[in-house]
Amino acid sequence: MQNSPRRGGNILTKITAHELAKKQKEISVAEFFERNKHILGFGNQTRALITSVKEGVDNGLDACEEANILPYLYVEIKNHDDGECRVIVEDNGPGVVKQQIPHIFGRLLYGSRFHAIRQSRGQQGIGISAVVLYGQLTTGKHAKITSKVEEDRPAVVTELVIDTNKNRAEVINRDTVHWDKPTGTRIEVSIIADFKRGKKYVYDYLQSTSIVNPHAQIIYREPDGTEHIFERTSEVLPRKSIEIKPHPYGVELGTLIKMAKHTKARQLNSFLKTEFSSMGDRTTNAAIEKAGLEKTMKPTELTREQFLALNKAFGKVKIMAPSMDCLSPIGETLIKRSLKHETKEISPEFIITASRPAAVYSGQPFQIEVGLVYGGNLPKEEPVKILRFANRVPLLYQQGGCVITQAITSIDWRRYGLSQPAGKGIPTGPAIFLTHVSSTLIPFTSESKEAIADVNEIENEIKLAFRECARKVQHHIHKEVKRAKTREKFDLITKILPEIAKKSADMLNKPVPSLDRVITKIMDVVWIEDLIEYEKVDRAPVQTTLTDELHEEHKGGTITKSRILVVNYKRNPQKFNLYAIIPEDAVVGTVTPTPTKIANNYIKWKLDTIPPANKLDVNFELAGLEKGDFDENDLYIENINPAFVIGADKWEGE
Amino acid sequence: MKKDYSEVINKIDEVASKIYNDFEKIEIPSLNLPTRTKANIKFSDKYNVWKYGTSITERSAKSLDGAYMLLRTMYMVDFIKEMIKINKSSTLREMYYISEGWELAKFHSQQESNLLAEDLEVITSCMREDFKLRPEEDGARVIGNVTIEEVTRNNTKKEIHCQDDVGDAGYSIPYNVEPEKITFKNFDADFVIAIETGGMFDRLAENNFDTSNRAILVHLKGQPARSTRRFIKRLCSEKNIPVLVFTDCDPWSYRIFASIAYGAIKTAHISEYLATPSSQYLGVTPSDIENYDLPTDSLTKEDINALKSELTDPRFQDSFWKGEIKLQLKLGKKSEQQALAKYGLDYVTDTYLPEKLTEMGILKK
Repeated sequence: MQNSPRRGGNILTKITAHELAKKQKEISVAEFFERNKHILGFGNQTRALITSVKEGVDNGLDACEEANILPYLYVEIKNHDDGECRVIVEDNGPGVVKQQIPHIFGRLLYGSRFHAIRQSRGQQGIGISAVVLYGQLTTGKHAKITSKVEEDRPAVVTELVIDTNKNRAEVINRDTVHWDKPTGTRIEVSIIADFKRGKKYVYDYLQSTSIVNPHAQIIYREPDGTEHIFERTSEVLPRKSIEIKPHPYGVELGTLIKMAKHTKARQLNSFLKTEFSSMGDRTTNAAIEKAGLEKTMKPTELTREQFLALNKAFGKVKIMAPSMDCLSPIGETLIKRSLKHETKEISPEFIITASRPAAVYSGQPFQIEVGLVYGGNLPKEEPVKILRFANRVPLLYQQGGCVITQAITSIDWRRYGLSQPAGKGIPTGPAIFLTHVSSTLIPFTSESKEAIADVNEIENEIKLAFRECARKVQHHIHKEVKRAKTREKFDLITKILPEIAKKSADMLNKPVPSLDRVITKIMDVVWIEDLIEYEKVDRAPVQTTLTDELHEEHKGGTITKSRILVVNYKRNPQKFNLYAIIPEDAVVGTVTPTPTKIANNYIKWKLDTIPPANKLDVNFELAGLEKGDFDENDLYIENINPAFVIGADKWEGE
Repeated sequence: MKKDYSEVINKIDEVASKIYNDFEKIEIPSLNLPTRTKANIKFSDKYNVWKYGTSITERSAKSLDGAYMLLRTMYMVDFIKEMIKINKSSTLREMYYISEGWELAKFHSQQESNLLAEDLEVITSCMREDFKLRPEEDGARVIGNVTIEEVTRNNTKKEIHCQDDVGDAGYSIPYNVEPEKITFKNFDADFVIAIETGGMFDRLAENNFDTSNRAILVHLKGQPARSTRRFIKRLCSEKNIPVLVFTDCDPWSYRIFASIAYGAIKTAHISEYLATPSSQYLGVTPSDIENYDLPTDSLTKEDINALKSELTDPRFQDSFWKGEIKLQLKLGKKSEQQALAKYGLDYVTDTYLPEKLTEMGILKK
């Protein structure tokens, strides 16, 4: 450096490294944020409003779920003419103890979830304190937090600001008040925000949140007093995600070295077995062998090269996918129910969902669920609406830069009846596409958590899920066409044929001829017809698989009753097997006649021989579902020519 | 003349019996009738006209459409029987509206009910008139030296001379032109000229072509109604005079000629009553477009398809038609009767028609 020519450098005084060192100091996170608001999603006044609501809501939902409380959220925005908004978010969670309030609301990067490998909304502990900080930066006003932790004690009201130099809260005022709620937290922050522009987004955000959090009741009050209620459609809390150890697939070298340094295990094999998930004796030995290492080596003494070999060896060994207990997917039934509830006014033709088995990227388990709403009053000439969710949090911005959008646009939707110029880009048609990515760590493109990064494994899973969905759509349409034909035949034999007979008899003054055998001749099929009914019951429905042990105090529920009528309109007696598909999260109640098998997702009957022109009733009951969750029978037959049967398809095996 | 309907009632009851017996025999009820398409018309040497061939369409209760058809047929025959009993008649349109009360059997368009009435004619070998069904008055007109005796609605006979007793619009052909309704009395003419458009009919009338050339002018009013065709047929066969058809020069007009000369596809079951096999096409021909240098329009896509379809129509398989249709496809042009006005209002009566009629051997030089 010193020998290189300098342009005009000699005019300036030389500065030494020692002198520079005097200026080098730690930057407080809070200070950093102050200058880089956009990184956390406060880039402009519209975004600031939505981010504030979002952080409050995420926080509230996480708090409730951790305490096994069905969330009841109240969101209110008060708007002042000078561009100042007061954002209020109230939950019925467990509350926050007095001593923790300054840390949680007044300190950035403080939280319990950062180090845990399990699914949660918030992770870094930045969210809510960032809102407090943004508020104080733009309005100079204190944040006000009300919290109540026990039913028979008063609530504590804390007013605080963040000391940005120290990244610590400064409590301005503390008081106790009476609060009707048993427990809960309420945060009020004044921020400069653009309500006029943000209005629609806040509504969309809360509606979307309600779709993927069917167990939450959200009430939203706008500045003009308009109140929106996003109703709870499931009385069951999502399964709690359980913390797990890292999975060897895709674990980074640095992480591996760090883990080995801190492990208490004395031998390599026990290190791998205890510090990682999905590692048994067989896989551990295989990995060590592939890496050319010894079981008995001390993990703390491995060289960088040996770690590298081990890391590479992980990829060559078939290791079971991580346990999915760390994930909390929504489930197809609930997604369908939520979409149904939220699109009531659109009256869509159908709602179809698909969910993939869990997969892994970079050692992090993830799972994809998708839903598709089609038809009704949805606009036909506009691009389909894409709803993106990550760990039950709606993503509102940067749609174009998100792996979800990328996956959707790379599918050729023209094959599935949507228009899409050149088979690329967002398809056009009356549809809504919902994607939910749940993962222990969502790879966001930035800290504002608006888009998911382009991760191959995730993109592939999303594509697979949508393809499955599209196939189901085709199946559904195919079935509708078949049903319409069935109805035609039904009209023919029940209405028209008797009329023809009657009229001809009248004209000739003869008795009306018998039709039964002519009908058999016309139909020449086995005809399967079904009906689904719902019955409210006071007693608790049969134990549901969805229910957490904590939520057994169901007052009553709905029994879904499926009635299947099998009529033999063939000229010969018929004997065959019948299968009815049932949702995996339903519990089977009474079934008649006695089934041969009740599997996880189907019921099988070996039906008795049905003589010509005879009928057979088949019934089953399902519990653990809401009205409308199961609204269509999916029936299959075996040991009979499928061409002889209307109303069921050929059973292709499980 | 009072008509005896007992035969018609027998035929109708046969239709109901067929269905009833099917039920008794545990057969799927059905009715058979000749296929009523272009592919199934055959030339009848006996009648010199085109009739339905041997291929059969089954109307069966096996399909929903077939079942509806049978139900409607049942309602229709019942309705016809009732009309015969109370001695009333109805128009096809009235029957369409009456079907509103037939619940499941009601028609969705008059087209449907008209077609079924024709089907019923085919099945029973009766005529629409036997069913007491009549079309809307179509008012095709006649001017010429002929006296027609018509039985009026008051059941009195009235003689009408089609020049002296009529106004400029001429004699209006009633829907029933059978002998019990009209007879031809005094007659003095050399040929019948059937004209497609009202404008040309009026031109010939105004120019007194009927008197100057001893012609009977008949206005076809587009695709001629059954009664018009039947009228021409009777006039031609009873008075033994030639019929000349004078239309526009386009594929649709050739079909008008075909329905007069050979029988229409839709009514091929009664071609021998309606068609006049001796009638000749006068013009305007595609050759005339060239010979008379007539103003033209380009053929549309539909025109071209219609012409091509005529090339495969069994009725147009003679050398005259094949030549003219191919010429027209080559020209890519069509023309109208009234295009002759290019050369003046009298050109058609003074030059074109005399030339063509002479060429065809109808007028002597």
